[in-house]
Amino acid sequence: MAKSQSASLDRKKLMADPIMVTTIVLLVVFLTIFILYPLAILLVDSFVSDDGLTLDTFKRVMALPNFRRAITNTLKVGFLVGIASSLIGLLFAYVEVYVKLRTKFMEGLFKVVSMLPVVSPPFVLSLSMIMLFGKAGIITRFLLHIYDNSVYGFWGIAIVQTLTFFPVCYMMLKGLLKNIDPSLEEAARDMGASRFKVFMTVTLPLILPGLGNAFLVTFIESIADFANPMIIGGSYDTLATTIYLQITGAYDKQGAAAMAVVLLAITLLMFVIQKYYLEAKSTATLSGKASRERMLITDKSVTVPLTILCSGLAIFVIIMYICVPFGAMFRTWGYDFHLTFKWFGQVFTKYKGFKAFKDSFILSLISAPITALLSMIISYLVVKRKFKAKGFIEAVSMLAMAVPGTVLGIGYIRGFSGGLFGSGFLQGLYGTGAILVIVFVVRSLPTGTRSGISALRQIDKSIEESAYDMGADSFKVFMTVTLPLIKDSFLSGFVTSFVRSITAISAIILLVTPSYLLITVQINEFAEKGAYGIACAFATILIIITYTAVLLMNIFMKYFGTSRKVNIED
Amino acid sequence: MAKEKKGVRLEHISKIYKDPKTGKDFYAVKDQNLEIEPGSFVTLLGPSGCGKTTTLRMIAGFESPDEGEIYLGGEPINALTPNKRDTAMVFQSYALLPHYNIFDNVAYGLKLRKMDSETIKKKVTDILSLVGLEGMENRMTNQLSGGQQQRVALARALVIEPGVLLFDEPLSNLDAKLRVSMRTEIRRIQQEAGITAVYVTHDQSEAMAISDKVIIMNKGIVEQVATPQEAYYYPNSKFVADFIGECNFLKAKVTGQDMVEIDGAAVKCATGNLESGAECDVVLRPEGATLSDTGVIKGIVDYSCFMGAYQDYRIKVGESFVKIQEYNPKNKKIYKVGDTVYLGFEDNTLYAL
Ligand SMILES: Nc1ncnc2c1ncn2[C@@H]1O[C@H](COP(=O)(O)OP(=O)(O)OP(=O)(O)O)[C@@H](O)[C@H]1O
Ligand SMILES: [Mg+2]
Repeated sequence: MAKSQSASLDRKKLMADPIMVTTIVLLVVFLTIFILYPLAILLVDSFVSDDGLTLDTFKRVMALPNFRRAITNTLKVGFLVGIASSLIGLLFAYVEVYVKLRTKFMEGLFKVVSMLPVVSPPFVLSLSMIMLFGKAGIITRFLLHIYDNSVYGFWGIAIVQTLTFFPVCYMMLKGLLKNIDPSLEEAARDMGASRFKVFMTVTLPLILPGLGNAFLVTFIESIADFANPMIIGGSYDTLATTIYLQITGAYDKQGAAAMAVVLLAITLLMFVIQKYYLEAKSTATLSGKASRERMLITDKSVTVPLTILCSGLAIFVIIMYICVPFGAMFRTWGYDFHLTFKWFGQVFTKYKGFKAFKDSFILSLISAPITALLSMIISYLVVKRKFKAKGFIEAVSMLAMAVPGTVLGIGYIRGFSGGLFGSGFLQGLYGTGAILVIVFVVRSLPTGTRSGISALRQIDKSIEESAYDMGADSFKVFMTVTLPLIKDSFLSGFVTSFVRSITAISAIILLVTPSYLLITVQINEFAEKGAYGIACAFATILIIITYTAVLLMNIFMKYFGTSRKVNIED
Repeated sequence: MAKEKKGVRLEHISKIYKDPKTGKDFYAVKDQNLEIEPGSFVTLLGPSGCGKTTTLRMIAGFESPDEGEIYLGGEPINALTPNKRDTAMVFQSYALLPHYNIFDNVAYGLKLRKMDSETIKKKVTDILSLVGLEGMENRMTNQLSGGQQQRVALARALVIEPGVLLFDEPLSNLDAKLRVSMRTEIRRIQQEAGITAVYVTHDQSEAMAISDKVIIMNKGIVEQVATPQEAYYYPNSKFVADFIGECNFLKAKVTGQDMVEIDGAAVKCATGNLESGAECDVVLRPEGATLSDTGVIKGIVDYSCFMGAYQDYRIKVGESFVKIQEYNPKNKKIYKVGDTVYLGFEDNTLYAL
């Protein structure tokens, strides 16, 4: 049996569609140059020297004690944060799905918690951690009268990252728990098992793969995180910060490349396990909708402690966020609590705040529609079409999810500062706003694509086929059918990408030139200097921008959306 | 109404798929040869998974055949994309565009053909009245009943005046009553439009009711192409006989030209090309036998039940059971369980395989 004829016919049919062919070619070129090539360059950099293939660079960086320490530090933080985030996430998900606590207040709290990872710039929690528990921290200094508390280091990073990432786990696990058929648990209850026993023997085994999935996702996020360790890590360096220092402090590009390869290897390994093993498994065990409403737990001995625990945590997180705008409004945090607008004033007068906001805003606003459109096109191709390069496109755009920003940044420095392969071609790109936009696009592409794919999977494929059948070519089908049907996903992709871009730092901090001032880079700079008032003022305005963007999106979707239901991707 | 009726020809068409479980290739459709006359209504009929949809989708262009060539109106179309083929498909799920109203759904294909808005308006109005939906232009698709959505899907396919109309189980989402009235409707519209139609179903009564010809498929292979009557009276295999209507197979031996021996009794039966002395199966439809107190083939009544239009029997003949339905039982003798009866056949009712 040979399938050659259908393959060649399919190819002919594809070739008859020039827009589609061009799109595919451009996509492949884009993904190759801006995702694969920079990573490949890192490998070349670290394995090849003047006299051929060598492990010298690796031997050299491995001999650096601070690098070896960074590896153990990163893994330690990653494990702790992964475990803590999935457990807290599970707690929230369980309480939301299983426990009856339908008060407006609690609903509000849960909603805020699920929104936070969307709107929050990465280092906000680090700032407020310092302001609440640091040397001049309100809680430590004024409530507890501890004058030399240090939040910097392992515990600081671990706590801040856990609080930052657990909402993601919460949202993931909530989806899984909702899909468990309640009759499974009720059957066990009927046979006399206690609620705890049911949880341990029925619920937990069912969501175990999902829990593992949540752990790995957070683990990857944690070890890729640059901003928090930078601000609150102190002398406790992780891989991301060590790589950054290696290139900005020691100017050791080869060494940084080798270190980046190590970090990439770890995240990639975790990603592959997560993607191809756990993700499939966690959905396979829980396919299908719940058959009917779940009987919620009303037992006071269960609801009261869980409610207190969750609301306590949620309120704590919210306080940490609120602390940032307050930090920007006091004269000297920890010493002089007179209200002032001097920090906000200084942002705009002394520190070119206006330019920073303009640059960040415009670059993010340019990259958002590109990302949204690109991810919708990729999703359309992946879900609805058959062609050779499809596997490549899907794999590479997902791969970008596993690449830490710092690694990408180093890759871009090595890959583009001298043009492609040092040839000078595309060298003009380096140092421009265009490369920043490209980095923004690449960094947001995976989430956009993921949400596009899941939106498109829900659309019956015959709807597009019918349009195709009546004479529309691929371009027409995409514009008149696909895009209108997933405009919610497009819009949320647009806003998510805007928010991610305007709050991004890890890759961008390595590539930005003095001609561009970016808010996040400014925050990082002032926070490092200990100028928390200014940093908070910048951060406050950033939060307002992102929050407004999300709010506008919600309003827009409410009135013009297809599903009239907001679905924000993290 | 159609510009030109087009015939469809399939020459040695095969489609190979990979079984996702075992990873092995298999023929979903194998070496299919079909000639569909211009203006005729043919139905692909067969059990689930026999390759009906696959065949239809190859004609529409969504799938490419692995062997063979498809001709539409005499032109080979293997390399054409669906949008370049002169076909229009009515999908099982209707596949209406949910963000358009009825008018825009029907007008979609016309707009792609760059017609002016006057013409489009006229054509859409005409076609909507043909399918009985006049005045519904401004409704959204989710404001229609299943039957109405089905009509929109049909109108949308008809309005572009395709050479061939393709239907993939268009009625399977409707309730039984509506299914019957819609199939008459589809047949009427097809005749009025004079369009070639290829229709897929696994419901044999639907196929019988609307088709000029039925194509009975089994496991990717065409078993028989025939008019509904031919397929019913002269099935060319046990599979076809069994699939189309109810059927008894009586073990028999050919004793001469159009003579067979069943359970020791000589009976007249069309034997076709069978050699004298060959073992064969005689096809007996339940309504094809009469029961009486005398005759050649003797049996014992095993089951007897009044069904209104007919009396339903199961008769034990030798070691096997035969299903018999005697219509209009009011004027006939009713046999009870345990009675001895004799089967009789009118001329031309039996057919040996
Ligand atoms: N894309 C595909 N990949 C692999 N196998 C397929 C694919 N599409 C169909 N098949 C297989 O090909 C065979 C024929 O499928 P087809 O859809 O043509 O059946 P059908 O006759 O339309 O059945 P039904 O009456 O259930 O619709 C089936 O065994 C089916 O599982
Ligand atoms: Mg089918």
